[in-house]
Formats: sequence, C-alpha cells, structure tokens
Amino acid sequence: MLELKNLGKRYKTGDDALKGVNLTIPNGQVIGLIGPSGAGKSTLIRCVNRLVEPTTGTVILNGTDITKLSSSGLRKARREMGMIFQEYALVDRLTIMENVMSGRLGYMGFWKSFFRKYPQSDIDEAFRLLERVGLDHMVDKRADELSGGQKQRVGIARALIQQPKVILIDEPTASLDPKTSRQIMRLISELCKERQLSAIVNIHDVALAQMFVERIVGLQDGELVFDGAPDELTPEALTKIYGEEDWEATIDDVDEGEENVGDQNT
Amino acid sequence: MSSRTWKRPPLIKDTTWRYGLLALMALYFVAAFFSYDVNWSRVYEGLDRGWTFIKSFTNPDFTTRWTDISEGIWESIIITVTSTVVGIILAIPLALGAASNLAPKPIYYLARGFIAVARALHEIIVAILMVAIFGFGPLAGFITLTFSTIGFIAKLLAEDIENISKPQAEAVKSTGSGWWQWINYAVQPQVMPRLIGLSIYRIDINFRSSSILGLVGAGGVGATLNTAFDRYEFDTAAAIIIIIIAIVMVLEYLSGFIRARVQ
Repeated sequence: MLELKNLGKRYKTGDDALKGVNLTIPNGQVIGLIGPSGAGKSTLIRCVNRLVEPTTGTVILNGTDITKLSSSGLRKARREMGMIFQEYALVDRLTIMENVMSGRLGYMGFWKSFFRKYPQSDIDEAFRLLERVGLDHMVDKRADELSGGQKQRVGIARALIQQPKVILIDEPTASLDPKTSRQIMRLISELCKERQLSAIVNIHDVALAQMFVERIVGLQDGELVFDGAPDELTPEALTKIYGEEDWEATIDDVDEGEENVGDQNT
Repeated sequence: MSSRTWKRPPLIKDTTWRYGLLALMALYFVAAFFSYDVNWSRVYEGLDRGWTFIKSFTNPDFTTRWTDISEGIWESIIITVTSTVVGIILAIPLALGAASNLAPKPIYYLARGFIAVARALHEIIVAILMVAIFGFGPLAGFITLTFSTIGFIAKLLAEDIENISKPQAEAVKSTGSGWWQWINYAVQPQVMPRLIGLSIYRIDINFRSSSILGLVGAGGVGATLNTAFDRYEFDTAAAIIIIIIAIVMVLEYLSGFIRARVQ
C-alpha cells in the first residue's frame, strides 16, 4: 500500500507545486492522475521516489517512510518503485539489454554492472520481459534505433525488471500516436494486473485514462479536487479540475465506445 | 491609406550612443594602426632573407641533420602520446567535479578554479616554469602539455556533462543505482562521443605544441628547428616543417575519420 500524507512541495522559486496532498493507493490498484499542465502531477510522482525532495508530509510504502530514509536506504527503496517516462528516457547509446538491465543496478555491485557481468537469472528475466513486450529479437540494438512505441516497451521492461511494488508513470503516451498510446496503456494495465502492482499514471488524455484505469484522481493547482471511478468524471468534475470548457465531446467518446476515443484531439 | 512601416529594432536605442561608439571604435582602430613604426629599408633587406627561406622549401635537406631531426620528431611523438593519455585520465575526474549538475558546490568551485588557471596560462609560459623546475628536456614538455590537456578536456567535457539529457539521468537514478553506476550508465554513454572527439583533437594540438616547446628547452623537435634557424640552415628547417605539416595532416585526417564513426 502506498500512502501519501499531507505531501507538499515548495520550489526554491516560491511556487507551491503541491499543497498537502493525501492519497492512499491499495496494492494492485492503478490510478490515473489527471490535471492541467503545471498542476503538480509530475512533482507528485517524483516526490514519491524523491527525485524531487518533498518539503512537507510523508510517503509511506508498505510501512516504510520513504521521506525519512538515508541515501542508501533510499536507493533500496527506489528498487521497489519502477518509473516510466514521457519521452521514454532510455539511454540512447546503450543497447536494449543494457537499458533493461539498468533496472537491476540497485541489486548489483559496481564492477559487475561496469563489466556488464549480469547474473544469469537477471538475463533470463530480461528475455522473458522483452518477449512479453514483443522485443526479444532486438536486444543488441541501440535504444535510439527504436520507434517511439518500441522505446516505451523497453521503458516498461526496465521498470518491471526491478520487481517493483509500485510503478510511477509520467505521461506514458504523450509522445505516441493514438493507436500506439492505447496499446501501451493496455500493456501497462495488463502487466499491473498480472503482477498485482499499484501504479500512478499521470495522463493528459482523459478519455484514454477512463478506458484503462479503475480510479481517477484530479489534481488542480497542487490540490486534489477529484477522486472517484472513471464514470463519475462528469462535465462538472472536469470543469473543477481543468476549468470551464465544453466537456461533452470528451465524455461522449467514452459513451460511444472505445474505438473512437484515440482519434479525438482532446 | 498609409501602410505601417517596420524596421528591425537597433541594438542600441539611443542614436548619440550608437553612432558615438562606432566613431570612437573607428578612431581607435586608425590610431592603433598608425602606431606601428615601419622601417621600410629593413623590410626591403628582410624580403631577401624571407625569399631564401621560402625557396629552401623547394630543396629541403632531410639528410645532413637527419639524426637530430628524427630524434626530435620521436621525442615530440613521445611527449604527445604520454601527455595526451595522462592528461585525459586526470581530466575525467576533474570534469565530473566541474559539472554543476553532478558536483556539490565546494568541489565545483575548486575544480572550476583549477581549470581556469590551467587554461589562463599559455603553454609556453608553463613550459618556461617547468624547465626552471625540472631542467631542460622532454620531461618539462610532458608535464606542460599534461597540464594544459587537463584544463582543455576537463572544461569541455564538463560542459558536455552539464548538457546531458535530464530524463535519461533521472531514469537511471530512479532504479536505485549507486552514484558510480549512475555515472557509468546514464552519463558516460551520453558524453563518450564528445570525449573521444576531444581526445583526438587534443592529440593534434599536443603534437603541434610539442614541436614548439623545444624553443624554450622543453624537448621535442622544436629544439632542432630552433638550432637550424640559428645556423641559417633554412633547408634543414624546411625539412622539419614539412615533416610537422605531414604529421598534422595525417592526424587531421584520422580525427575526422574517427569522429564520424563514434556518433
């Protein structure tokens, strides 16, 4: 279980990116975090694994207070939290295998990782995951040779090989076409179910979020303003999160069925 | 109906300042230029000597002083290789310290300070100091060029490290990697092409410098060249210069080739 208690972040510039967020995510639950640009979605997931240091509040993962950990404790805790990024964030000049294996760095010593002497069990798992995401035939390719969708699949494999309890997902489909976006979201939600992972998915595409997550949380100006099931996301709720706009088209898409959603530019 | 006109806004708004500064600059340039005191009769005599020197390139003498020349060239090559290798090895940790996105502030300022000193001092000045400390010979040249290689590589590598892609760095850090693993997996792959390019470029620079440092007694073919000039043996000097040019051209070609390969 992941618990955020009164989580706040004030940047040096004086901006309050997060204002006391309280959120509890049971094991195995995938939540979609929506909200306008600058609402603090990115800051929120980065505060969970302390890529951004929260200024107030606590993050508790299965009983451990992440915010109190020393740097070596934090490294151990980060192994349990996979992360998937908007622009994939693969290291371009490393091979697919090295990129996936970077998910195991927290479990291995420096020289083993320096000479790429990975344990056979890790290599087996990497091949299993790459097979699962459909890329096991290109392990020796460099990351910059892949298409966007393929890169994100490698990003997913890198996060999962950590054997995480939680995955933090920052705009996984923002740079992908509508079809690939849906495939990636489907893959993520299937994998989370298979492995009983909880996940926070930052996502701009409301319709896409409604299709693939079981719970939606709305963030607006650093505060939670919505928390509910995807079908509770009414035009009124969207107005509360994003501000005044004609929301009927966005919602209608969901009612009409899955197949049109991706093509709508909302 | 009158149409609206548009002109690019000038760099300096105030016209008095704008034209005043231009006039001042022009005035200084003319005054500076005419401060040169040209002795035309000396130039006339010198033309003759210059022409002899240039003519000697059509008839370079490789043989008379060949032992001196080859020893000098070998010494230059040895200085080049050793100073480049040692310089790069020492520059890498310094570059990590001088990258503001990696190093804590005190280490950053220390590293940047060292780099600033290393780059402020010209090789000839360092060489004079090193000759004073270590005596005449290639050791002084080796230390001089190592010192300036460190400053050069560390500064440019640190700048490349500061420009790495932040998401890639974040991604590797978020897996729970240690600091050195993070450097090895997230930073090194991103800066490697630059490091290789700079290293090859530096071999080129160090070879050219090593053929000059002999002028102040720091070893290399420069000493032979200097002696040749002192004895008015322009044909031997021409031979040395031709060899230097040939080696620099080969290095140039190699560096272009390798840099294209490592992208």
